Amino acid sequence: MNKFDPQRTSALVEASLKRRYRAEARFKLYGVTSIGIALLALVVLFTDIISTGIGAFRQTYIQLDVHYDAEVLGISDARNEKQLMIANVDGVVKAAMRARFPEVSSRGDRRALYSLVSVGATFDLQDELKQQPDLLGQHKTYWLLADDDIDSYFKSVQAGESYAGRVSEKQIEWVDALRDSGDIKTRFNRRFFTSGDSAEPEMAGILGALVGSLLTLAVTLILSFPIGVAAAVYLEEYAPRNRLTDFIEVNINNLAAVPSVIFGLLGLAIFLNMFGMPRSIPLVGGLVLTLMTLPTIIISSRAAIKAVPPSIREAALGMGASKMQMIIHHVLPLAMPGMLTGAIIGMAQALGETAPLLMIGMVAFIVDVPGGVTDPSTVLPVQIFLWADSPERAFTERTSAAIMVLLGFLISMNALAVWLRRRLERRW
Amino acid sequence: MSASVLIVCMGLMLLAAFTLGRGRSLSVRGEQRLNSLPYFYGMLTVMWSALPGVAMLGLWLIFDDNVIEYVAMQYLPADMRSVDDGERSLILNQIYNLAYDQGATLAPDYMVSAAQAVNRMESHSRWLMSVVVLSSMAIGAGLMWLRISPALKARERLEKWFRTGLQLCSMIAILTTIGILLSVLFESLRFFRQVPVTEFLFGLDWSPQGAFHADQASSGMRFGAIPLFAGTLMIAAIALVIAVPTGLMSAIYLSEYAPSKLRATVKPLIEILAGVPTVVYGFFAALTVAPFIRDLATSMGLDQWVAVSSESALAAGLVMGIMIIPFVSSLADDVINAVPQSLRDGSLGLGATQSETIKQVVIPAALPGIVGGVLLAASRAIGETMIVVMAAGLAANLTANPLDSVTTVTVQIVTLLVGDQEFDSPKTLAAFALGLMLFLVTLALNYLALHVVRKYREQYE
Repeated sequence: MNKFDPQRTSALVEASLKRRYRAEARFKLYGVTSIGIALLALVVLFTDIISTGIGAFRQTYIQLDVHYDAEVLGISDARNEKQLMIANVDGVVKAAMRARFPEVSSRGDRRALYSLVSVGATFDLQDELKQQPDLLGQHKTYWLLADDDIDSYFKSVQAGESYAGRVSEKQIEWVDALRDSGDIKTRFNRRFFTSGDSAEPEMAGILGALVGSLLTLAVTLILSFPIGVAAAVYLEEYAPRNRLTDFIEVNINNLAAVPSVIFGLLGLAIFLNMFGMPRSIPLVGGLVLTLMTLPTIIISSRAAIKAVPPSIREAALGMGASKMQMIIHHVLPLAMPGMLTGAIIGMAQALGETAPLLMIGMVAFIVDVPGGVTDPSTVLPVQIFLWADSPERAFTERTSAAIMVLLGFLISMNALAVWLRRRLERRW
Repeated sequence: MSASVLIVCMGLMLLAAFTLGRGRSLSVRGEQRLNSLPYFYGMLTVMWSALPGVAMLGLWLIFDDNVIEYVAMQYLPADMRSVDDGERSLILNQIYNLAYDQGATLAPDYMVSAAQAVNRMESHSRWLMSVVVLSSMAIGAGLMWLRISPALKARERLEKWFRTGLQLCSMIAILTTIGILLSVLFESLRFFRQVPVTEFLFGLDWSPQGAFHADQASSGMRFGAIPLFAGTLMIAAIALVIAVPTGLMSAIYLSEYAPSKLRATVKPLIEILAGVPTVVYGFFAALTVAPFIRDLATSMGLDQWVAVSSESALAAGLVMGIMIIPFVSSLADDVINAVPQSLRDGSLGLGATQSETIKQVVIPAALPGIVGGVLLAASRAIGETMIVVMAAGLAANLTANPLDSVTTVTVQIVTLLVGDQEFDSPKTLAAFALGLMLFLVTLALNYLALHVVRKYREQYE
C-alpha cells in the first residue's frame, strides 16, 4: 500500500516548506542576535569607560593672588634650603583664600574654605619659591590645583549635571562666586601624565605605573624572545621524535592554558621565597611574565619557522652551509616577521596581566617613579586595580582614564602586529 | 663597580676574546689549512669566556647573601646560632639595621661586630664579584686560546654548543611545570599536615581569618573549601551559559551565512573583546554591571525573597561570559571551517535547508572540536581572577542565589597572599592548597580538551 507516490511526496514537502523556512529564518536570527550581543557588549564597555574617564584629562584650577609673606612663611631667606623645608607655605595659601573671601570668619567655615584648594598647591608653591627665591615678600597670581571634590563638583556643573557628592552648600556658594569672577576653570591635566601615585586623587598620576610597566615589559621581552625563539628552533629543526620531545610539547601546550594566577604562586614560592629576591620589583615581575608568555611566543615562532619552505633549507645545505649556518643565515631572517608578530602579541598579553603581579607584591603604594628594574614599582593594570578599590570617588574617573591609556597601548601594539604581518610576511 | 660598568667590561672582554681567538687561528695556521673559518675559532673562544663568566655571576648573585649571613651568624654566641628560622631572620634584621646605622644604641658587642662584618663584606662583595667574574672569563678564554690549532674542529664544536643551548631553552617549559608543581605541592603538604584533607575538601565553612580570639593558636580558622568550589562553579556556569551559545552562534553565522565583507569587519571587532585586559572587565563589572543588576533586582522586588548584594555572582559571571565569547567563537570558527565542504554540498544536494545542514551535518561533524573548545573555555572561566576579585566579593556564602555575593578559589588565593605573609600559618599555606586544586582541575580540563580536539583532527586530515 505504501507505494511511492511522487505527487504525495511533493505535497508533503510543500506543506512542510513553510515551517522549514521559518526555522531557517529563526536560526539566522539567532546568529545575528549573538553577533549583536557581542558587539553591543563591546560598545557598552567602551562607551562606559570613555564616558567616565574622559573627565580625568581635565583638572580644575582656582585663581588666587598669593602673597609670599615672610612673616607667614616664618623664614627670612628663600635661598636657604633648610629654611625652605620648614616654610609654612600652607599658611600662605590659607591667607590667600582668606583674602579672597574676607567675609568667612567662623573656624568651621574657614576649614571648609581651605579645603577648596588641594594640598598639592602647597607643594607647587614651595617648588616655585625654590626656583625663584626673589618672590619672597611679593605678590603673584596663580592658578592653584583644586581639591578632588571641588573638581568633581565643578566638572558636573560645567556638564550641566546634578552632583551628589561631598561638597557643602557653603562650598557651592564659594565655587559659584569664583565662577562668576572667572577665577575657576579646568585645564589639561598634565599632572596625570607626569607624576606617580598619590593618596590625593587630584595629585595622582600614572607615570610611575607606566614606567614600571615598561621596565617589566623590557625584562620580559629581553628574556622571553630569545629563549622562545631558541626553543622553537630546537623543536622545529633539531628535536628528534621521541618521548622527551613529546613531553616538552605537551608541557608547552598545557602551560599556555594554565591560569595566570598560578604563575604568581610560582613566582612567590620560587623567586621570592627560595631565591630571596625583593618584593615589588620589575625584575621579578618580568621573570614571572616571561614564564607566562613563553608558550605563546614558542607556539607562534614555531608556526613562523614551519612556514619557511623546505626548499630554502635544502638549497642552503646543498651549498655547503652547516645546519647552524642554515638556521641563522636563512631560516631565522625569513621567519623573523612572524616571530616578531607573535612576540608583540605576547607582550600585549603581558602588559594587561594583573593577577600574578599582585602575588609578588607589585601592589604596594609607591609614589616615586622607578628608575631601574630593581626599584620597587607597580604596573599600569595593578594601578587600575588599586584605584578601582579606592573609596575616593574622584579615583573612579582616574581609573577609567588609566584604562584608556592602557587600552591605547594595547590597541597600538596589536595594530603594529597586524601591520608587521601585512607588510613583512612573505607567502610561498 | 656598578652593574652597568661590569656589563660593559664583560662585553669588552668578549670582544677581545673574539679578536684573540680569531687572530690565534690565523697565526697558528702556518702552511696547514684551517679546519674551520677563522671566525668560528673566535666564536668558540667567546663561548669559553662567556660561560664561566655568566656562571660565576649567577652563583655569586644567588649565594652572596647567604654567605654574608652565615659569616655574620658566626659572631653570635652559640645559643643564638641554633634558633629556628623565624628568630634567625629577626636577629639578622637587627644586624642589618645596625650595619646600615639605624638605631645603633643598645646593641650588645657581638651584634656590633657582626654588623661591622656585614658592612665590610658588603663593601668588598661587589668588587670581589667583578674581579672573580672577569678573571674567570679571562681564564676561560685563555684556556681555549691555548688549545687553538689548525686541526681543531671549531665549527663542529660550536654547532654542538648551539644545539645544546637551544635544547636547554626548550627544557624551560618542563622546568616551569616542575616549578609550579613543586611550589604548590610542598606548601600544600605543609598545609595538609595542619588541616586534614577531608576537612579541606568537604568542609562547608570557610573563614581563614579566624574568629576574634587571637590568643588561641589557629582559633576559629575554618578551611572547608566547598563554598569556594560552589562559588567558582556557579560563576563559571553563568559565564559558560552566556558565552557558549553566543560564541557558537556568532561563529556559525560568520562562517556559514555572512558575506565575506561583513566577516572581515565583524570578526576583528569581536576579537577586540579578547584583547581587553581582565582588570578592565573587573572594573566594568564592579562599577557598572553589578550596581545595574542590584538596582534591577531591587526594582523587581526580588530583594523581598532573596538576598540581593552589590557584589553578585551574576555580575561577575555575566562579564566573564562576555570575555569568553571571542575565545569560544574563534575556536568554533576553526573547527567549523575544518569540516569538509563536500559534507555540506551533500546535505544541500539532498534538499536540506542551510540551517538543517548546519544542525544535522556540520555541528555533529565539528562536535568534538566544539566540546574541546567549551572545555578550554571552562578552564579559562575557572582560572579567571581579576573579574571575580573585583566583582564577586569575599564572603564565603554557600548559596544557589546568583544575586548574592559568593567567593571563588582564585579570589581567596589573591586575598590570602596579597599583603604580608607568614609562611608557617595555615592561612598562607591554604592559598597554595587552593592553587594546587586549581592547577589540577585546569590541567585535567586542558588535557581532556586537547585530547578531544586531536582525536577529531585525525578524522578529516
